[in-house]
Order: sequence, then structure tokens, then C-alpha cells
Amino acid sequence: MTTMQDFNLRKAINLGLIAGFISLFISVIGLTALLSKRQLIAGILTLGQLLIFLATALLSYQAAEKSSKKSTAVLNSVIVGLVSAIPLAFLIVFESLIDLRQFFVNISPDLIKIISFGQGTTTGIAILFAAMGLVGLIMSLVYLLPPQIRRSIITGLVATLIIGTFSELLTERLRVFFGVAFSKTIFQSKALLPSVAAIILIVVTALSFVWTKTGDGIKQRFDVIPDRQKRYLRVGNWVVLLIILFLLPQFLGSYLSEVINNVGIFVLMGLGLNIVVGFAGLLDLGYVAFFAIGAYTMAVMTSTGSLGVGHVSFWLALPVSVTAATLAGIMLGTPVLRMRGDYLAIVTLGFGEIIRILANSDMLKSFLGGAQGILNIPKPEFMGTVLIQPAQLYYVVLAGCLLAAFVSYRLSRSRLGRQWMAIREDEDVAKAMGINLVKTKLLAFAIGAAFSGLAGAIFASKLTSIFPHSFNLLISINVLCLIIVGGMGSLPGVVVGALILVGLPELLREFAEYRYLMYGALLIVMMLAKPEGFWPSAIQRRELHAFKDTEPVPDSTQTE
Amino acid sequence: MPILTANNVTKRFGGLVAVNDYSFVLGEGSITSIIGPNGAGKTTFFNCITGFYQADEGEIVFNEQKINGYSTDQITRFGIARTYQNIRLFANMTAIENILVGEEPRLKSFWIEAIFRTPRFVRDEQKAEEEAKRLLQYVGLTGLGDQLARNLPYGAQRRLEIARALASQPKLLLLDEPTAGMNPHESTEMMHFIRGLRDDLGITILLIEHDMRVVMGISENISVLDFGEKIAEGTPQEIQHNPRVIEAYLGSGTAGAGLAHAN
Repeated sequence: MTTMQDFNLRKAINLGLIAGFISLFISVIGLTALLSKRQLIAGILTLGQLLIFLATALLSYQAAEKSSKKSTAVLNSVIVGLVSAIPLAFLIVFESLIDLRQFFVNISPDLIKIISFGQGTTTGIAILFAAMGLVGLIMSLVYLLPPQIRRSIITGLVATLIIGTFSELLTERLRVFFGVAFSKTIFQSKALLPSVAAIILIVVTALSFVWTKTGDGIKQRFDVIPDRQKRYLRVGNWVVLLIILFLLPQFLGSYLSEVINNVGIFVLMGLGLNIVVGFAGLLDLGYVAFFAIGAYTMAVMTSTGSLGVGHVSFWLALPVSVTAATLAGIMLGTPVLRMRGDYLAIVTLGFGEIIRILANSDMLKSFLGGAQGILNIPKPEFMGTVLIQPAQLYYVVLAGCLLAAFVSYRLSRSRLGRQWMAIREDEDVAKAMGINLVKTKLLAFAIGAAFSGLAGAIFASKLTSIFPHSFNLLISINVLCLIIVGGMGSLPGVVVGALILVGLPELLREFAEYRYLMYGALLIVMMLAKPEGFWPSAIQRRELHAFKDTEPVPDSTQTE
Repeated sequence: MPILTANNVTKRFGGLVAVNDYSFVLGEGSITSIIGPNGAGKTTFFNCITGFYQADEGEIVFNEQKINGYSTDQITRFGIARTYQNIRLFANMTAIENILVGEEPRLKSFWIEAIFRTPRFVRDEQKAEEEAKRLLQYVGLTGLGDQLARNLPYGAQRRLEIARALASQPKLLLLDEPTAGMNPHESTEMMHFIRGLRDDLGITILLIEHDMRVVMGISENISVLDFGEKIAEGTPQEIQHNPRVIEAYLGSGTAGAGLAHAN
């Protein structure tokens, strides 16, 4: 009987069914078929297939993790794998009996072909079960490997799959730099060659293994070198990072530069909202308002169209836009000083909508153009050249982001940063500690709004025309999500969040229709599995290592 | 010389009179306790002093200045610091950061200086941090500076809260049940610690306490509240033999036994 308990059949079946229904769901809504057009490894794996296996792989790994013994781990994982094939198998059977397409438009013959591996009903189902079981078996074996090797293999797998996913982009880049012949040795018809995929997997796994072996040693060596040298090293790291950032557009080309610029604008907004929400804990859902104010100020001041009034240069209009947004931040901040939590969220939400509706209104049509927006906004000019190319505009965005990140970083490690944190933790006590709530909160709103205004101004100039509908609630939600996904209060987290939530959807164009579904799924998974975000702030990380002994007090605030 | 005088302070919540016509004189450099059954209005009185509540009637004078009407942050700047009945640390900040926030009233640098790291900012922060470490050591938490407040053991949290209060360099420290939830050994330690605060730092101490052993052990003066009204005042000896106090406590049950025990 004890084996039955270890075995925990019911749990394994549950997990398997969950995985199966996830795969069924993404197939029925049409994602699988859509993504099958993107090949990862030529002739072997498409993104659609990967997606079917993904849930099974993750959950069978989880089953292995939860098993108490090695033998049951394998068994449990395989059961999860096999069970997860059941829903898809039913789909194949039903489809062969009745025309399911009348009810679910996305169940196309293509889809059935994909999930039955093009082998017809019976053989297809057999292969499906075998494949799912195999996925379960592989995952349990991966789990049973020693942790170091396991991590290396997972790193290798992920790297290979990521390179495969972006084959098309990489092909294009390789062609530009190394010629068609070279790119053909790696990619074929927009997918990785199987042999190259294997090489990448092996090389990355090996490198990752070497790193885990020696990485700790390097870290220890770093710990013992004197503070002065440590500082030089840190500065050196920054210099290297800056050089890479500076040269980036050279490698990216026009399309990717454009994507990076969009990411950058969201990073800028994220950094601003991070101060308001992440540092000071003031939930602001109308953040897009400041973005809009920055953009409209820039538009009105520089546009060469009928609505432009100043016809001044980008660089002159930029500080004005930022100031306008900052003042708006203070204006919004003042009446909501006494509000907390949900109430604050609702009021700021309203504020965001008011600004958008005003921009859209007939009342202000003669100034802001109503729904037709403002056109003919010139691009910025620098030393006599107009920055038309995305690769040129990149530097404006980069400068903005670096400035905002620098200010955020310095403030977060200062008196004001501590005041914000204290307010976030307990407003009443913070006040009783002698903190001036009015000043501290208004500063958070104002600085946050300033960054957003800067982003808006660059945005307007980059697009050369702006419309009210570009400033809807979804922008605020997006920015908030990217902070959460990256890690509340964490500066690198903002960049990671923006890359994932803004950059990825741009690169995976097929997802466009499913963008918000993906958002939702990602957020739910994040909240369950990694609530602190992909790159949590030091504080949140400290929370996770609560009882690890920390050294008394070497604090970086005084040295840097 | 009195450091704090309360004249006929009354605080009402709707129909309930939480503190009724309470007058009270606190001598500078003394250790004084306010005791009374649960719900007697002790914490409400603390809240009136520190500006969390505004007294409906009467006045509170600190250092010859009337302080009712001022907000909590201003009163802290006058030189009154407090701890809370249910510990209210900044849970997700480290111990050091908690103390640094406590030093707020003394910090001078302007926020823009932080961006440029002006010499004054760097000096200010360095001094603040040294002071924070010194306080941490003073309350016996050396080495725990980088721990999140919420991960500290209970006793350490109590001490950290006192360190945070001390960071503003108060003249008067209000302690709301500093030994609540402690075992006899810990509360004896806390008793010595509180006495040290007065003896070493010259801070006047006003505390609310239920543990009669502690109250009788360290107080020079005791004021007894019941249903918001002062029913007795005096030295520990006087209070222990005061019939009205005994009645109030016996009426409220268990604490009466504590009072008798402390004899």
C-alpha cells in the first residue's frame, strides 16, 4: 500500500489532465496551427508543436519534482505525459467523426494534421501518446540528473529553442554581415538546421556547465579583491555595457532598432511608474495621462502642420514637454494625497481617461485636432542631421533611458528613496517618523510623470503624428504589467519586463491576435510561480533568502 | 521641572469618551507608567500626545510649547518619539534602513543632491549610517543590520522599534507595552534596558505597561486610568495600596492578581 501512496496516481493524472487541457485549449483557439508556420528546427520542430509539448513538459517535470522516490518520479512523469495526450486524442477522434469546425472555427484540417503528426487517426493517436510519454520520460530523466548538469542542459535547451524561434531574424542579420553562404550553413528556410541545433545545444550546455563549475570560484575571487579594484571592475563592466549599448544599432539593423526603440519608450515609462508604484507604493492606473501630455506638448510646439504653434526645435520643446507632464503630475498628486490603495487607483484611472477624452473632444479640437490628431511632427535634428532612421533615433531613446535609470538609481539609494519605501510600508508610522507626506508623495508623482512626459515627447517625434487613441488605458496597464513581470521596484526588472511584454510581441508577430491572452497567461503563471518578478529588486531577493546569515554592514551606499 | 503637561485632556469617539478630563504632569528625566485595565484609554492618550488623534478638549504642553493641533511629523520634530503596542516596523526594509528612516528629522540634504551626490549629501548619509550602526549596537542587534525587519525575532523587533525611535534623538520616549509577549527573563532585560535609556541618554520615559512586575520595578511614578478617567496617581507603593486601583483591577479580573503578586 505504501507504494500506492508514493505513486500518487491521482495527482499525476490530475497534472496530466491539466497539461492536456492546456494543449487542447491552445489548439482549439488556433494558436497551434498559427505557430506551426514558424519552424524552429528545419523539418523537425515547429513552434506550434513546441507549444503542445510545453505544458506537458513543465507539468511532468513538476510531477517528478514532487515524487518522493526516483523510481516513482519516472513513473509519475510518464503518467502525466500519457494522460496529457488524452484530450488531444479525443479531439482527433471527434474530428474524424463529426465536423467540429461548425462550433470551433479554428479546428482546421491543418491542426489535426499537426497533432496527429500527419499520420491519420489511429497511427496519429499512437504517435501522440508515444511522443507525450516520451516528453514525460525525458523530463523525469532531466530531473534525475545531478543539479549542475540539469541546469546546464535546461540552459542549452532554452538557448537552442530561443535561437530557433528567431531564426528568421537571425538569418536576415547573418546575411547582412557574413553573406548568404554563411547564413545557409546555419539556417535553412527560416529554421535552424538540425545539425546546427545539436551543436548549439551541446556547446551552450557545455559552456553553462563550465560556468557553474568555475563561476563560484570567480565570484569568490571577486569577493576577496580589495574594494578599490572592485570598483574599477564595476566601472569597467559599465563601460563595456555602455559600449555595447552604443554600438547596438549597428548590429540590429532598421527593423530591430525600431523594436528596441519601442521597448525603450516603455522602459522610460516603466522607470517612471516604478518610482510611483514600486518605490512609493502609490497605485497609479492613469499613468498614460502624463505620456499623452508629454506627446501633445511636443506635437503642438513642433508640428509644421496647421495645429503647430511654436514650430520650435525638438530640443527646445523637450524640456517644456517634461515640465508640462511634471506639473500635471503635481496637479494630479495634490487632490489624491489622502487616498490609498484602491481609491487612489480609481481616481488616477479617471484622470487618465479624462486626459484622453479631452484630447479627443470637440472642445479642444482646434488645438489638439480631436480624433484626427496632430500630424507633421518633425523628427529630432542633431548637429545638422535629421534623425530619420530608427537606428539614429535609438540614441535619443537610449539617452532618455540612461538618464531616467541614473536618477532612479541615485534616488532609490538616498534619503528620498527610504522615505518612499517607508510610505509604502506604513504611511502613518512614516509620517510619525517626521516624514513630510505631502512633499514625498508629490515628488514621486512629479518625477514619475516627468519620465513619462519625456517618453511621450520622444514618442510623438518618433511617430511624427499622434492620435488620442494611442493613449488609452491599455498603455497604463501595459506599463504596470511590465513592472510586475520584471519585479516591483527593480530597475533591471523594468528593462526585462519591457523586453518581454513589448519586445517579444513585436518579434512574434503571429501572436498579435493573442497578445492579451498571452499577457494574461504570463501574469497568472508569474504570480503563481515567481511573484517577485524575473529580476527582483535586492529587497525582494533578500526576502527570499530570509534566514541566510548576512554579513554585518558593508553597504554600497557610502562607497559609490 | 515638567517636560510634558496634559491639562484636562478629553477625547471622544462618537458617544464614547475614551479619555475624560485627564490631567497629568511628567517630570523631566523621570520614568513614569500609565496603567489601567484594557480599554481604559491609555493608548488613546498616547495617540493624543503624538498627534495621531487630536484631543477634543484640553491642552498638551511639551517643553513649554503647546503641541496639540500639530501633526505627527511635527511633534516628532519637537522631540517626542514612540513605539507601538503591536510592533509597527517597516517590515520590508532592513533593520538599518528602519533606523535611518528614524533619523529623518535630523537629516538635512535636499533630494536633488542625491542625484549629483554632493559632498554634503555624502557626508550626511555617511554620518546617518554610522549613527544607525551605533544605535543598532546600542540595542544589541549588531550584525542584524541587513536583515529585513520582518525576519527578526520578536524581541529583536521590539528593540529595533526602540532604536528607530531613539534615532530621532527624542527628549521624551513613549513606549506602548514594551514587554508585551515577552517571558519573565526577557522582560527583566527590557526593564534594565529602559532604565539605561534614562540613565545613559537622559531621555524621559513614559510607558504603558500591563506587566505589574515591570511597572512596579522601574516606575518612579504611576498614573492609573479607568474608563478614560484618572483614578489614582503616585509612587508604586501608593498605587499598590490604593483601594480604588485594587477595585478597578479586581473588577477587570486577571490583572488584579498581578497587582497583588507584585507586592
